[in-house]
Amino acid sequence: MASCACPGDHGRVALDGYDPVARVKALEQLLVEKGYVDPAALDVIVDTYAHRIGPMNGAKVVAKAWSDPAYRERLLADGTAASAELGYGGRGGEHIVAVENTPTLHNLIVCTLCSCYPWPLLGLPPVWYKSPPYRSRAVLEPRAVLADFGVTLPETTRIRVWDSTAETRYIVVPMRPAGTEGLSEERLATLVTRESMIGTGLALAPERIAA
Amino acid sequence: MNGAQDLGGAMGFGRVEPEAGEPVFHADWESRVLAVTLAAGGLGEWNIDQGRHAREVLHPALYLNASYYEIWLRALERLLKETGLLDAQELETGRPNGPAAKTRLPPPDAEGMRRIIAKGTPFDSEPRAPARFAIGQKVRAKEMNPTYHTRLPRYARGKVGVVERVHGAHIFPDTSGPGTGEPVWLYTIAFPAQELWGEGADPTLTVSIEGFEPYFDAA
Repeated sequence: MASCACPGDHGRVALDGYDPVARVKALEQLLVEKGYVDPAALDVIVDTYAHRIGPMNGAKVVAKAWSDPAYRERLLADGTAASAELGYGGRGGEHIVAVENTPTLHNLIVCTLCSCYPWPLLGLPPVWYKSPPYRSRAVLEPRAVLADFGVTLPETTRIRVWDSTAETRYIVVPMRPAGTEGLSEERLATLVTRESMIGTGLALAPERIAA
Repeated sequence: MNGAQDLGGAMGFGRVEPEAGEPVFHADWESRVLAVTLAAGGLGEWNIDQGRHAREVLHPALYLNASYYEIWLRALERLLKETGLLDAQELETGRPNGPAAKTRLPPPDAEGMRRIIAKGTPFDSEPRAPARFAIGQKVRAKEMNPTYHTRLPRYARGKVGVVERVHGAHIFPDTSGPGTGEPVWLYTIAFPAQELWGEGADPTLTVSIEGFEPYFDAA
């Protein structure tokens, strides 16, 4: 944890003495005691986002789009309906829009105003996505941001940044890597990283994945 | 409002630092903040944009210094106090000061919470008027500095963009409350980087925002 650069994310006491660790413990007890929250509902929330919803969902959508041209068309035309075909949707992803990378166009998703993110497909956003360096720079100098992720694109590639300022939530369909012909959807999904679906990464080459 | 949350184009924050193998939660308290925030949201006393506003009113120095879950927790305390569900003394002592207030919706139980997560809350609605703008049309974002919540970022205000997608009518965040809200047309508006950032802008870059119709005039 010492190497993590995120400001204050490990429960340190803030400038004004506010201690989130103690505060949330007291607040949860108070809310339960007054009957405002049901502890069983809290368990459902933590279990859902810790274990059941995450980037593996989006990876399945992308792998299917790579494998099935008719599904790819449906996904690009109506991301919400196409995600629902695989059973994904709901809170934080009521209106899903999928955008596709091509050899001449690279898409990048950000929320400069808060942390909007396609929850049903990618789970909770990582700390960097919610933090000021990414939110401030993605719309101004996306190539420099990509360099922070070790990604360099050709100078001629057009870059499109989608600022998620409404309840429409974006997901990138990365380019299918070369040398993946004939791979099953299940294998293809292992090449689809969270970063590749935000646009700060590319899908992995098959040799990067153990057989 | 022009708070610390409106970060697009700001400088000086340094590199983006992705964390290899980042866990969903870095500590238990983070998962508790998420859980109480979502569960209390199920009482229907505030909507998503009131929740966002409660975060952006934090003093900028605190907002920028805090972790995201600390921002959420501070906002939740504010919302509970503003809606009268808890009083200041209860928040300070952690002890109940009287019976619970009546809420718009009953607290979701486990099954109710599963349903909320699975179904979400669609934000689209029947439009009340035809769309004013069409795909391909040029529009100028208004110069405006509202003190309440808005989803028009400062970097786009006054700038000319092109309507690229029409998403139907969505609830207007700037005026909506719990269970109420005006459906207005929502568009994807694309701006060339040159228009947003001027000299030295990346010539290969286009940035879009999701723009609600009242934010724009025909250009």
